[in-house]
Amino acid sequence: MIVKIKNLTKKFYIGGSFFTALDNISLEIKNGEFLGLVGASGSGKTTLLNIIGGLDSPTSGEISVLNQFMNTTSHTERALIRRKNMGFIFQSYNLLPVYSVYENVELPLILNNIDKKSRRQKVLEAIDAVGLSDKINSRPNQLSGGQCQRTAIARAIVHKPALVLADEPTANLDSENSHLIMEIMKKLNTNYNTSFIFATHDEKIMGYLKRMIHIEDGKIFKDEKIKL
Amino acid sequence: MLFNIAIKNLVGAGIRTWLNVFVTSVSIFMIIFSSGMYTGMKQHAMNVSIDTEIAGGAFWHPNYDPYDPITFEDSHSITPSILTELVESNKALEVLVSQASIYPDGRVVPVIMKGITLEQEILNIPTKEILKYEGENIPILIGRGMSKYTKLSIGDTFIIRWMDDNRTYDAGLGEIVYVMDSDNFKIDFGHIWLPIERMQKMLSMENESTYVVFDDNINPYSAGDWIKRDVKYLIRDMETIIEQDRPNAIMIYIILLSLAAMGIFNAQTLSIFRRKKEIGTLMALGMHKRRVVLLFTIEGAMNAIFAIILTILLFGPLLYYFSIYGVPLPIDYSDMGLIIAKRLIPIYSIPLLIATALIVFLILLLVSYLPSRKISKMHPVDAIRGKTT
Repeated sequence: MIVKIKNLTKKFYIGGSFFTALDNISLEIKNGEFLGLVGASGSGKTTLLNIIGGLDSPTSGEISVLNQFMNTTSHTERALIRRKNMGFIFQSYNLLPVYSVYENVELPLILNNIDKKSRRQKVLEAIDAVGLSDKINSRPNQLSGGQCQRTAIARAIVHKPALVLADEPTANLDSENSHLIMEIMKKLNTNYNTSFIFATHDEKIMGYLKRMIHIEDGKIFKDEKIKL
Repeated sequence: MLFNIAIKNLVGAGIRTWLNVFVTSVSIFMIIFSSGMYTGMKQHAMNVSIDTEIAGGAFWHPNYDPYDPITFEDSHSITPSILTELVESNKALEVLVSQASIYPDGRVVPVIMKGITLEQEILNIPTKEILKYEGENIPILIGRGMSKYTKLSIGDTFIIRWMDDNRTYDAGLGEIVYVMDSDNFKIDFGHIWLPIERMQKMLSMENESTYVVFDDNINPYSAGDWIKRDVKYLIRDMETIIEQDRPNAIMIYIILLSLAAMGIFNAQTLSIFRRKKEIGTLMALGMHKRRVVLLFTIEGAMNAIFAIILTILLFGPLLYYFSIYGVPLPIDYSDMGLIIAKRLIPIYSIPLLIATALIVFLILLLVSYLPSRKISKMHPVDAIRGKTT
C-alpha cells in the first residue's frame, strides 16, 4: 500500500470561521496505480494531494505514505520522503526560470547527492523519455506550455520516485499537448511501475485513468475502478 | 551541493545578478572613495602645516604666543648662539614676528609682518625669490589669497607702518616682489614676508628673532631660555581638531554605509521575494527549509564576493589613479579658512578597505538571510503558488 488514509479531516481558518476542505476521508492507494482525484474547483482534491505529499498536515485523522506515518513525521523527515520517493508536477510547471531544461531536470538528483556522471545519464534518459532531447539547453521562457510540462514530468521522474503527485497537469495545455502528456505519464507508469496521483477536473485526461476518486465538498462520493 | 546550486542560480540569473553586483560594487567604491577623500583631506592639512610651518620643530622666544598678537611686541631677543650656528649651516631659519599695517590703495589692512632667513630651504616658502629683488623698497612676499584680498600684484608698492623696539611708529614703502601659491592659508592671509635682516633694521632689533625653525633631520637639545616646541607640540591643535572631528567622520561613514545598505537591501529583498515560488518549489522537491535559507544566504555571500572582485577590477584602477594624481576640487577652500589642496589626494587605509568589504559582506548576508527565512516560514503550498501573505 503506497498511501493509506483513515478518517482524515482538514479544516482551514478563513474569515473568522473554519472551512472544512476534507471531511472524514478514508482511502487506500496501491503501488503502481494511475489514479485521479476528480472534482470541481474547491472540492478538496488539491488539499488531499498536498497532504499526501507532506506539504500540508491534516487537522485530524491518520495518513501514512510509503509506510511512513505522516502525522508524526517532522518537516525534515517529510522533506526527505519527498526528495527520495516523490515527484511533483504543478499546474503552472514551477520550473526554475534561470535553469535550462537539463538543469531543471538535474535538480532533484543534485538534492539527492547523486554523483555527476550518474546524474548526466539519468537526466538524459528522463529528457529522452519525455521527448525533449532537442531542447536540452533551452530555458523555460524558450519553451511552449506543453514542453514546459514535459520538462516538469522529466524532473518529477528523474530520480525514479515511487509516487508522482500531479496537480492539474493539463489545465494550462491545449488538447493535443494534454493527450501527449498523459501518454508519456501512462508509459512511465507502465515501464517503471511508478504510482501517479492526479488532482484534476479536466475531462480530457479521465480516459487515461485506471481509477477515479470523485470528491465533492470534501467528501469521497464515488471510488471508480476503470477497466481499460 | 548548495554552493554549486548558488553559483548556478547567480550565473543563470544573468543581468539581474550582475546589476545587483554592480550596484553593490558602486556602493563599496563610493564608501571607500568618500572616506579616502576625507582622510586625505585631514592628512593633507597635516602635511601642509609640517611642510610650510613646522619642519622638524622650533625654538620659541619664551614670550611668544602665536595666537596672541599682543605678545609679539615682547617676544623677541638675540637669537641664542647655538641656534645661530644652525642657521649659518643652513640647518635652521630665523623668523622675526611683529604687527604692522599696510595701506594698499589708501585702505588700512592690519597684518603680521614676518622677517625670514631668505636662503632657507627648510620650509616650503619661496623666500629665495626675494633675493632676486634689486630695488630700494622693502621687498615683500605675499600669498595668492592675500594678493586677491589686498588687490596687490608683483611690482605694486604700498606703505607699511610698524612699531619699532623703541615703541616708535615708523613707515616705509613696500613692494611686492613675488606672489606665492600655498595650500596653507595660515602663511598667506594677513601675512607679509620680508628679509629678516631688513626687518631687524626696521624694528631696531639687530640679530634678534622670535622663533627658529630647524630641519627635520636634526634634533637640538636646548637653546638657553628659549622653549623647544617639537613637531608633536606644533601639530597638537591640528590633531585635536581631527580628534574632535572623528565622530563626524564616523557619522559620514555610517551615513554612506546606510545608504549603500538600503540600496542593497532593497535590491536583494525584492529579488528574493520575487523568487518565492522558486523557494516553494525547492521545498516541494525535498529541500529542507534550513537549506533553502542557507542557499539564499550563500547566494548573498557570493554576490558580495563578486561585488568586491568587481570593485577591485573596475574601480581599483580609478581609486589608484586618484591616490596618485588626486582629485581636482572646483572651489578654493582657503577662502573659508580651510587647508584643502586644490588637487586632493585620497588616502585609503587598509582598515578602511577591510572594514568596508567586511561590512558590505555582512549586510548582504543579512539581507539575504532575513527575507529567505521569512519566506521559508511560509506555508509551502502558499510559497509554491507564489502567494503574497
